[in-house]
Amino acid sequence: MGIQVSLEKCIGCSLCVRSCALGAITVVEKKAVIDTAKCNLCAACLEACKKYQAITITKDSSVKIDVNDWKGVAVFAEQHEGKVAGVSFEMLGEGRKLADQLGEKLIAVLLGSGMEAAAGDLVKFGADKVVYFDSPELARFRDDTYAALMCEFVDADKPAILLAGASAIGRSFIPKVAARVWGGLTADCTKLDIDTEKRLLLGTRPAFGGNLMATIIAPHHRPQIATVRHKVMKAAVRDDSRTGEVVVKKVDAGKIIERTKILDFVKEVESTVNITEADIIVSGGRGMGKAENFSYIRDLAEALGGAVGASRAAVDAGWIPYSHQVGQTGKTVCPKLYIACGISGSVQHMAGMQSSDFIIAINKDPAADIFQIANLGLVGDALQVLPELTKAFKERK
Amino acid sequence: MNIVVCIKQVPGTTQVKINPETGTLIRDGVEAVVNPFDEYAIEEAVRIKERVGGTVKVITMGPPQADAALRSAISVGADEGYLVSDRAFAGSDTWATSYTLSSAIKTLGKVDLIICGKQAIDGDTAQVGPGVAEMLDIPFVAWVRKVEEVTDASIKVERLMEEGYDVVEMPLPGLITVVKEINEPRIAGLKGKGRAKNAEIKKIDTTNMTVDPERIGLKGSPTQVFRSFVPERKSGGEKISGEAAELAQKAASVIQNLGVVK
Repeated sequence: MGIQVSLEKCIGCSLCVRSCALGAITVVEKKAVIDTAKCNLCAACLEACKKYQAITITKDSSVKIDVNDWKGVAVFAEQHEGKVAGVSFEMLGEGRKLADQLGEKLIAVLLGSGMEAAAGDLVKFGADKVVYFDSPELARFRDDTYAALMCEFVDADKPAILLAGASAIGRSFIPKVAARVWGGLTADCTKLDIDTEKRLLLGTRPAFGGNLMATIIAPHHRPQIATVRHKVMKAAVRDDSRTGEVVVKKVDAGKIIERTKILDFVKEVESTVNITEADIIVSGGRGMGKAENFSYIRDLAEALGGAVGASRAAVDAGWIPYSHQVGQTGKTVCPKLYIACGISGSVQHMAGMQSSDFIIAINKDPAADIFQIANLGLVGDALQVLPELTKAFKERK
Repeated sequence: MNIVVCIKQVPGTTQVKINPETGTLIRDGVEAVVNPFDEYAIEEAVRIKERVGGTVKVITMGPPQADAALRSAISVGADEGYLVSDRAFAGSDTWATSYTLSSAIKTLGKVDLIICGKQAIDGDTAQVGPGVAEMLDIPFVAWVRKVEEVTDASIKVERLMEEGYDVVEMPLPGLITVVKEINEPRIAGLKGKGRAKNAEIKKIDTTNMTVDPERIGLKGSPTQVFRSFVPERKSGGEKISGEAAELAQKAASVIQNLGVVK
């Protein structure tokens, strides 16, 4: 069990040494030696050694469940104030694809209050079966209650796969579910696939701030759980001819044991367009110079119907609240269009936005790193270009 | 108030860059640091201690060299450091890590509040905090951006959501994970550095904690890495310079052609 280097196959080429982000490999007497204290079995070296296949990782597992007892793809249908969230339609779209690949059912799990109609609609968006837990206590997200009911669903329905949006809610209670059922959980996936031969979920996710991608499997545990990044998967399209089963489970409020109490919810004024949901983000950095100049960013965002983002430098300077920060210590976004204004492009910032479909960078410094990943680079002063761009847009409209 | 802070030692990713020729991670000079989000957790714990009294214990699971992370926490106000380290833990995924850490925390005596950073910047999973809470069977609040009130029996916090924040009250013992916005961590002073240097780091391993050998390390980990690879880098596209109006016209027509503006 663990990681091994075949002394026969290893030629000492040291490709693996360079692939190791943890510096766990050295070449001694023309053979790779792995420091197992440093190694976290990330398998990057296996990829580097594809040609020679000298490195192998083996494991056996403690769990001896019959994975064949677990069938179907379940998706958590997240709702906010009685409305199914956008990310849930993406889960339904992707879940449908995976279920079809496996030839199994797609089940949607909805927790809410007075949402019978919305539950029925989930069938139109691809679910074969909807399990709807209904109680006034479920109107708002609550950690203990959501986790308990999801575990109840998992125990009863035994889905092979469970998907949830990598949202504030999904990433809060899904790890609790995984902890309780000993499921294999992969966070914040940007790609899902099925190994049709082994019938395994392949969840691909960025690590090291997007500098390394890892595909994760859970061969012996069920369910295979993944939280999935917003805006990456295609949303399901409504089809009114679809039929399916809706199971309504009335939840007895007396049975709900919730330890946390939500006293209030405060909407943040500037966050009216949530940057993780936005198709267009106009983002400002240090180059904006001062807080007042962020009005140029807001004006363009408004003209384009987009959201306002910011680099860490701008947030740290107090020009705009943290909820707008894009990057490793802020939010990870992947809009269709990202306009970076006066942002030089630190590794941390780029980690949070480099998967955007199209990137436009405006920066005075022609050598700014941001230009390396921009589809269109404008070498100029954002303070002058932005008002012109806003104007151009208003004219075109 | 007995506060425990879970921390992780991570590569200082500011230096993690990609070699453009080989497409691999450049790790030369990558030093190990305390996960940035955990620094906020440490700071918040120390601030609560300063307000209501108590002790702050920091705990980390990792190789022997993770000792340095604990000392760094002590240098900014934590009282005791615990290193959970054993060869048997190698290859732990987030499930096995949550299990091992929660088992180790059980050896620390009475615990009122556990604070973790929202996620580690190497794995970015955000799973160990809630995992530990679940395995200790204590309540949990994620994404805390402000601690409003702490009493012996409960804590009132603001939880950052996508469109605003929740005000949540949680009975203690409980676990919170914190975001960057919560505070500004202090810098270690000379006195703190001295304390850190001389502090005794206590070791927790399979000989002095109770764990199910089936649930630790590689064997207890549901997930495994199937493959990992360096993503294809976007290469820069067209780069133009000129008068502001010209640049704006160019950008406007490009944006128009994308068809994203409704």
